[in-house]
Amino acid sequence: MAENVSGVEIQLENVTKRYPGTREPAVKDFTMTIPAGKIVILVGPSGCGKTTTMRMINRLIEPSSGRITIGGEDALKLNGDALRRKVGYAIQQAGLFPHFTVAQNIAVVPGLLDWDKKRISDRVDEMMDLVGLDPAVYRDRYPRQLSGGQQQRVGVARALAADPPVLLMDEPFGAVDPITRGNLQDELLRLQLELRKTIVFVTHDFDEAVKLGDKIAVLGDQSTIQQYDTPEAILANPANDMVAGFVGAGASLKQLTLLRVRDVDYHDDALTVVAPDSSPSDLRKRMTELGKTYALVLDARKRPQRWVHVRDLSTASTLATVGRPVGDMVSTQSTLQDALEAILSEGGNAVVTGSRGEYVGTIDINTVTDTIQQLREEHDAGSAAS
Amino acid sequence: MNLLDYVADRWDRLSLQAWLHVSEVVQSTLIAAVIGVLIGVAVYRSPIGSAVATALASTILTIPSFALLGLLIPVFGLGALPTVIALVLYALLPITRNTIVGLAGVDPAVTDAAKGIGMSRTAVLTRVELRLAWPAILAGMRVSTQMLMGIAVIAAYAKGPGLGSEVFSGLTRAGSANATNQALAGTLGVVILALLLEGVYFLIARFTISRGIRG
Repeated sequence: MAENVSGVEIQLENVTKRYPGTREPAVKDFTMTIPAGKIVILVGPSGCGKTTTMRMINRLIEPSSGRITIGGEDALKLNGDALRRKVGYAIQQAGLFPHFTVAQNIAVVPGLLDWDKKRISDRVDEMMDLVGLDPAVYRDRYPRQLSGGQQQRVGVARALAADPPVLLMDEPFGAVDPITRGNLQDELLRLQLELRKTIVFVTHDFDEAVKLGDKIAVLGDQSTIQQYDTPEAILANPANDMVAGFVGAGASLKQLTLLRVRDVDYHDDALTVVAPDSSPSDLRKRMTELGKTYALVLDARKRPQRWVHVRDLSTASTLATVGRPVGDMVSTQSTLQDALEAILSEGGNAVVTGSRGEYVGTIDINTVTDTIQQLREEHDAGSAAS
Repeated sequence: MNLLDYVADRWDRLSLQAWLHVSEVVQSTLIAAVIGVLIGVAVYRSPIGSAVATALASTILTIPSFALLGLLIPVFGLGALPTVIALVLYALLPITRNTIVGLAGVDPAVTDAAKGIGMSRTAVLTRVELRLAWPAILAGMRVSTQMLMGIAVIAAYAKGPGLGSEVFSGLTRAGSANATNQALAGTLGVVILALLLEGVYFLIARFTISRGIRG
């Protein structure tokens, strides 16, 4: 199956781009290995050459010197158009062909590669399903009949239609609202879990880089690499002032977006009681015995319902209405940032649920601070050792 | 004899002239469209080239049609040839200018994406840029056609085909029997044909402009 095709490694060696009539090259002696099947983010200030660097990989811009290989094949020896048909390309505002329908847009590259009609049509439906657009509804719509987020999805579907091992994305989510952008980022990660392409992604938004990147390259002027490492390492230990400036304030908060609740030691020692099986007086007795002031009431499927304080129980007749309802909950899939938000809004600790919404534990602020502390120490030790 | 009787009486001749009139206008527009689009494609990337092409085409348009025909007759003689040459020259400006404007107006993100996913230079031009510029080009052709319907009347001066000969001979025989009817039949014929062609353009636009970019 096509979905199992993994990306290939991209290597850039001493790649330089010099425009005629300029003293300094736009990209100077750029060397980088982009591992197969990973998302690598090129991030840097405007005009640093990150887009130029990316556009040299599919030779929309011809390098002045240097060597680029994609999956071991010399990209500079291939015909430019043929090369670009094998490298997916998605850009800001999608760049969809306004006179083509959604289906025709997605079908362009398979068409250029001379696939037969049936195969193209099947592939279009498959791609639309993949990016979450119902083919029955959207196949024959034109781009202007779609929202910005939907256009961007079609852009990604078009880029992936011929199943290229490599995908280049130039600020693809730059022009959509923050909520849609968040959704598109989540979807890209979901797609990547399935597809395992090699993705080169250009952005100037460091938060986006942290969220999406397996590795991040922070670029300075002339596309010089300031630091090329995992998001965790860059956040915990920026290589220099420029990187630190780019990471910006709140590095610790950003680290929270990288960690999932399942990765940390949350507690599972809260007193719980399943509502239909117990009465207020039984619960009160148990709480006094264990010396607990709070208990969590679950429903028959063990889903958290209400917090009760021991003093609420003396007057209550049923556990179904006593105490206060549980507000924000987090799942084991949630990021620590979501957990922190829930902890703050719940006041003290937040309930953690498993994949089916069942109670698995609680998490509090100490867990969060301890985790950040521990990360700091690990990366400091790591850089001291190297 | 009133106008209707006159038209009924001379129907064979009038319908032939009408046919010739439309035919020369349409053919001239098509030739101009081919030349105009080629010029537009050649120059639209260069601001200087675009300015020069537009200025040249505008200059042609400022020459009075009577004068242009007069200048062409010594070179190409009388008849259809000088007429078609004059009509093509006049039709060039709207078509060339609209082609340039249409091509220059294509969103750069769209052409970048087209190149980026592996379309060849020719495919980008024919499948994307010209398709997106087509409504503008068609609008230019439409303006040209309307203009040529009138100018073709003057072409009767160079003994060109068409309803112009009716108008001219009607006017030169002013006062004699049926002179007014003849001039009137020619003039009204041009107006009716122009309206019919307008309808044809509407249909062409309807069937050739993608719904995704129709206004």
